[in-house]
Amino acid sequence: MDKNKRLDLSYSQMKWETIFKRLLIVMSAIILLLVVGVFFTLIVESWPSIKSLGVKFLWGKVWDPVNNIYGAYPFLIGTLLTSFTALIISIPFSYAIAIYLGEYNPKGWLSDLLKNTIELIAAVPSIIYGFWALFVLVPEVRKLETAIHVTPYGVGVFTASLVLAVMIIPYAAALGTSLIRMVPSPLKEGAYALGATRFEVIRSVILPYTRSGLFAGILLSLGRALGETMAVTVLIGNTSAIANTFKDIFFGPGNTMASVIANEFAEADHALYLSALIELGLVLFFVTVIINLIGKRIITKYTNN
Amino acid sequence: MDARIGIRNTKSILFKSFIIFLAFVVTLPLIIVLLYIIKQGVMQVNWHFLTHVPAPEGEKGGGIANALVGSLLIVGMSSLVAIPVGILAGIYLSENPGTKLSYYSGLCVDILQGVPSIVMGIVVYFWIVKPFGFSAISGSIALAIMMLPIVIRSTEQTLLLLPPSLKEAALSLGVPYHRVILKVIVPCGFAGILSGIILSIARIIGETAPLLFTALGSNYLTTNVRGAMESLPHLIFTYATSPYDDQHDLAWGASFILLMFVLILNIVTKLITRKWKIQL
Amino acid sequence: MENTVVSATNFNAWFGDNHVVKDVTINIEKNQCIAVMGPSGCGKTTFLRCINRMHELIPGATAKGSLKLYSDEIYTMNPIYVRYKIGMVFQRPNPFPNLSIYDNVIAGYKLNGLKVPKADLDNIVQKSLTSAALWNEVKDSLYKKGTFLSGGQQQRLCIARAIAMEPEVILFDEPTSALDPISTSSVEQLFHELKEKYTLIIVTHNMQQAARVSDKTAFFYVGELVEFDDTKQMFTAPSDVRTQNYITGRFN
Repeated sequence: MDKNKRLDLSYSQMKWETIFKRLLIVMSAIILLLVVGVFFTLIVESWPSIKSLGVKFLWGKVWDPVNNIYGAYPFLIGTLLTSFTALIISIPFSYAIAIYLGEYNPKGWLSDLLKNTIELIAAVPSIIYGFWALFVLVPEVRKLETAIHVTPYGVGVFTASLVLAVMIIPYAAALGTSLIRMVPSPLKEGAYALGATRFEVIRSVILPYTRSGLFAGILLSLGRALGETMAVTVLIGNTSAIANTFKDIFFGPGNTMASVIANEFAEADHALYLSALIELGLVLFFVTVIINLIGKRIITKYTNN
Repeated sequence: MDARIGIRNTKSILFKSFIIFLAFVVTLPLIIVLLYIIKQGVMQVNWHFLTHVPAPEGEKGGGIANALVGSLLIVGMSSLVAIPVGILAGIYLSENPGTKLSYYSGLCVDILQGVPSIVMGIVVYFWIVKPFGFSAISGSIALAIMMLPIVIRSTEQTLLLLPPSLKEAALSLGVPYHRVILKVIVPCGFAGILSGIILSIARIIGETAPLLFTALGSNYLTTNVRGAMESLPHLIFTYATSPYDDQHDLAWGASFILLMFVLILNIVTKLITRKWKIQL
Repeated sequence: MENTVVSATNFNAWFGDNHVVKDVTINIEKNQCIAVMGPSGCGKTTFLRCINRMHELIPGATAKGSLKLYSDEIYTMNPIYVRYKIGMVFQRPNPFPNLSIYDNVIAGYKLNGLKVPKADLDNIVQKSLTSAALWNEVKDSLYKKGTFLSGGQQQRLCIARAIAMEPEVILFDEPTSALDPISTSSVEQLFHELKEKYTLIIVTHNMQQAARVSDKTAFFYVGELVEFDDTKQMFTAPSDVRTQNYITGRFN
């Protein structure tokens, strides 16, 4: 190829190079704009509610759209109760999986099988868990409730928490596993050399060393639990009134922020009602974002050290 | 002395058994759910089920053709949007670490990953449904946004694993930057990027919440992407909570199909990543 | 100075605030094999990477001064054209893992999307591989992946890839430092044949190598070009005391 032709080509290629580089910048700017857009949309659309209800929206105990009274308290309670119950149930299992896959059996087919199975738990769509639980778990819970003498609703906070617990196990377990595998072996060997048993090494070397990382895993699980919608919507019973006793709140029907949006958004027939629902979405967005960012921050800090 | 060592060893063994027990017990609920869905669903699935729309309420028969076509269309359109944007943004993040834009974009990817899907549904409702009405397109946009973080992160992480010498080799031959990226870097990381894409599809195909206020649902078999459209997860949701047994049957069948999609996509991802590791 | 191919006049290069190449002035003549030597961190690799403008790809890297290919200022030329005219071989063999041996040789054409008739490509592949003394070893496995070759073969494949573009100059950045002694000597033998057609600039750590293969040697020390002379002259009677110290091993 002669020199001039090749030079011409080079210049047209330079032009494409610049266009391509700009395209890359535009694409990552889009991600930024998306998040900013989500944030602004939520704020703008919930502004009527923020303005007229103020902060007391958050602890208003009554949610009564018919009379235009909006208080988020029942949903805050519902969300926190389901999420933390689920979290408490899930922690021993997540830790056990992390310790087993990270320390006892990090390699081999059995380890791979268990790891893939746990990952599959996160892959099954949430609506399928909800559907299954509605037909299989709810009758069982009803029997249990009759046995312990509470009103046998079947659906409710407790049932939702059970299913939620299973659904969030993989997140903390996966992170925990990789962190426990990263514990430097000289540390462990040092303890073994002093005559420690495996249990003692896990308790006094591995767990303290991975503590902040395991905590981050729990935060990620919590973030999932708070925002989980479909399974909870199907199972929680959808009641916006709060029962009088803790027993009734815990075993009886309730609502979470996500489930009340899923149920009532489409039928919100006046501006303030819709706006109040979006404010719930805004709160949910804030809380999950903060929890996730803290979790990620801990992980980056941890893996960089 | 010996006795104490014995006690400590027993403790260690007991602890191990306890851990193993807890770790494997977790698989039980999954297995129970899978078996139950398969048992309930497999009987429903036949040619009629796949090619007909649901029968009117209270009547026997019918199928889920509308949801099947809808899901494929909606997920297809999401992929069309999310894959190019996600790959290009992932390339930017891996190529320009340390710039302000990549820091904030990276942060936003983390944020997007954590946004509850129902919130995404609300936002897209205001962006697209409110001005243009309920449509399959609006559902696709919501799902595309949910795909993005997975595609971006998998692209970024795959490309970061490639040695920088590869890029230098191509550049030193007088190959322009865009061709270096598209003809060398992306093909070399193809398997990793592909597995991210498949994983993201597996995730959104079962998403219900973002579709509640966007694609909505429809009893008709339609390919009009500017109108409301049924999807598998949405059909399961509506029929699961309906009082009719026939509709429950449709929902079980749909659950089975959806589950198979998700399982296959996950297995394919596993196979690709396994092969990819050997190549590295 | 009609024979001058690459010339630098008061040429400087930086990484951020770090001044790594200082006021280098050098004339490199056609069809010669130039060795560039010096202790680690002396700026020799940076200087080499300036010649085909690979230096600027590192964030924060800058350069100033005159650097010419024939009569054209390299830093006002189109960088893509510069790199097409000046080939480069790297420290570690880096064939494209996704391409066959055949496609690796013509990677410069293929990746640029240049339309070249198949017969011409076959010709280029055979000629380049022959020049890189690799043809006989790979002629029956041209369509296997390049990464299946041994380290020395891979490096010669990378040389063939550079030759295929018919550059004026080929830059070598410590081309044998990742190779075993046998592969090293096979690559070194190549240099003697390659300089018939091309101008070679070789950065090397290895003084014996510089003595064996080069016509002229440039000695860099903390960013400065200390001495540039006939290799024989340099190794027998260096004019600068720093060169002498380096050659006699009184550094590092």
